[in-house]
Amino acid sequence: MNFKHKFVFLFPGLFVLIGILIFPIIFTIRLSLSGWNSYTPEMNFIGITNYIRLFTDDPRFWESFFRLSFLSVTTVILQYVIGFALALMVWREIKFKRFFRVIFLIPMMTTPVIMTVIWRTFFHESLGPVNDLLGNIGVKPILWLSDPVIAKFTVIIVEVWQWTPFMFLLLLAGLLSLPKEPFLAAAIDGASPFRKFVYVTFPLMAPISIGAIIIRLIEASKIMDTVFVLTSGGPGTATETSSFYIYIKGLREFQMGYAATLSFTYLVIMIISLTIIAKVLTKLMIKE
Amino acid sequence: MHKLYTFLKYTFITLWTVFIVAPFLWAISTSFKDFQSVNSKVTYIPWLDFEPTLEGWRVLVKSPARGGVDIVEPYFNSIFVTCTASLISIILGTLAAYALSRFTFKAGFVRNNDITFFFISQRIMPPIVLSIPFFIFLSTIGLLDSLLGLVVVYIVLLMPIAVWIMVDFFNRVPKELDETALIDGCNPYQAFYKVVLPNSIPGLIVAGMFCIIFGWIDFFFAFILTFTEVQLLPVKVVALNSSITPWWSLSASALISVAPLIIVAFVVERYLSKGNLSGALK
Repeated sequence: MNFKHKFVFLFPGLFVLIGILIFPIIFTIRLSLSGWNSYTPEMNFIGITNYIRLFTDDPRFWESFFRLSFLSVTTVILQYVIGFALALMVWREIKFKRFFRVIFLIPMMTTPVIMTVIWRTFFHESLGPVNDLLGNIGVKPILWLSDPVIAKFTVIIVEVWQWTPFMFLLLLAGLLSLPKEPFLAAAIDGASPFRKFVYVTFPLMAPISIGAIIIRLIEASKIMDTVFVLTSGGPGTATETSSFYIYIKGLREFQMGYAATLSFTYLVIMIISLTIIAKVLTKLMIKE
Repeated sequence: MHKLYTFLKYTFITLWTVFIVAPFLWAISTSFKDFQSVNSKVTYIPWLDFEPTLEGWRVLVKSPARGGVDIVEPYFNSIFVTCTASLISIILGTLAAYALSRFTFKAGFVRNNDITFFFISQRIMPPIVLSIPFFIFLSTIGLLDSLLGLVVVYIVLLMPIAVWIMVDFFNRVPKELDETALIDGCNPYQAFYKVVLPNSIPGLIVAGMFCIIFGWIDFFFAFILTFTEVQLLPVKVVALNSSITPWWSLSASALISVAPLIIVAFVVERYLSKGNLSGALK
């Protein structure tokens, strides 16, 4: 095939993407070396001062990062287990199969921030239904949004509600694409459902599982919308994630230079850790 | 043993369904309440627990000057930005995906897979990292607080999704199809447009749906890059949340905002059942 045609197909998309992205990335790196803030809003050069500050004198960033890691890993594990269970349940014949499939998909179609607005009223400590119903069976009101520990779990509940459907969708699509023969063979051997799952379904699903987990980890590492509306990072900094902290530094306190330092560091850590996780998962789940 | 398993299965499915439906039911119920039935004690069922009113819904179509929460304009803004950005992303993404699926590229150590990865990896980029330079960039060229500026940003968000789904889809469209077309005298563009594209409609629909979902539900960029001139739906609803808007109109506006995409759930399920999604989402 003629040589030049392939570039005609590829380049529009590639150039638009690079064109839109190249400026922000270079700009962020340059900005991170400047002391741009609300007093001196200019691109001066202060070397790596910002980076020194980040690595020696900013425990709040690292705390927010570990909090983010905890939140995203916990939610993704829960989403994977529940999503896989649900996908297995509606994979084969079951009553009202299509009805349940649609129901299980709905949360991912709804806007996270808007649903969180509803969740806020849902978990309201005196006027919300959760504490009211729990009160009926004699449980004392739970401080869903104002207790530092419980607030984290409220965020997890909302995230699991919101994004388990995506995991479910990816895994169900994977299950539906599996070849039939291994299952027939297992049925002829008279394998129990449990053994069938351990020796046939799970190994066949391993590559798809890894893909789904990585995709969800990438998305979960950006947890921000839910936190923003549900708790605004509070109480105190109990639910503050990295993105939210960078947002506060950059667009509320207008320490643009320092926020750029945080952004760039965060991006680098993200890329490295996701690559490592992908490698480790592949090793663990695919046994040659 | 088998009976126990079936029992557990249906119990789990029922519980999960209740969990998923609960916030919607609560919002629907709340949207028909008035001051008395929200603030005195927690109420659930209309007519039984409280006397329903339509006040929450009426407010949505009133202008702000008359005590309403004008949601119509943000609604159309959201539709415009989502559809425009999705369309551009699908067109550019599909072309790029076709190139990556059919031709071999070599530039130094860069191969097809690396280019595909480059496209998809843009999803790793946390929105906050992009938002600060975009904020400064768009204000320099005067596109801050405008629909056009948002469309540009959303293309970055959506094109990776289009490429991700379409590359896999094209890989499953047999190559013989375009080769036959070329032998029959089509040029590569005609082969793509007249033969491959009509055979890729399920893939295009799936990619389109995902672009629309992820465009429609985005909040962060819209929140940072617009202020007063242009408001998108999620920003509007969150702004209501922080002001003194009563729960009933808050619930009504939230419900009306998430309603259109719930239809998408039905479409996704149809494609899932027909087996069209299986390959596209791997």
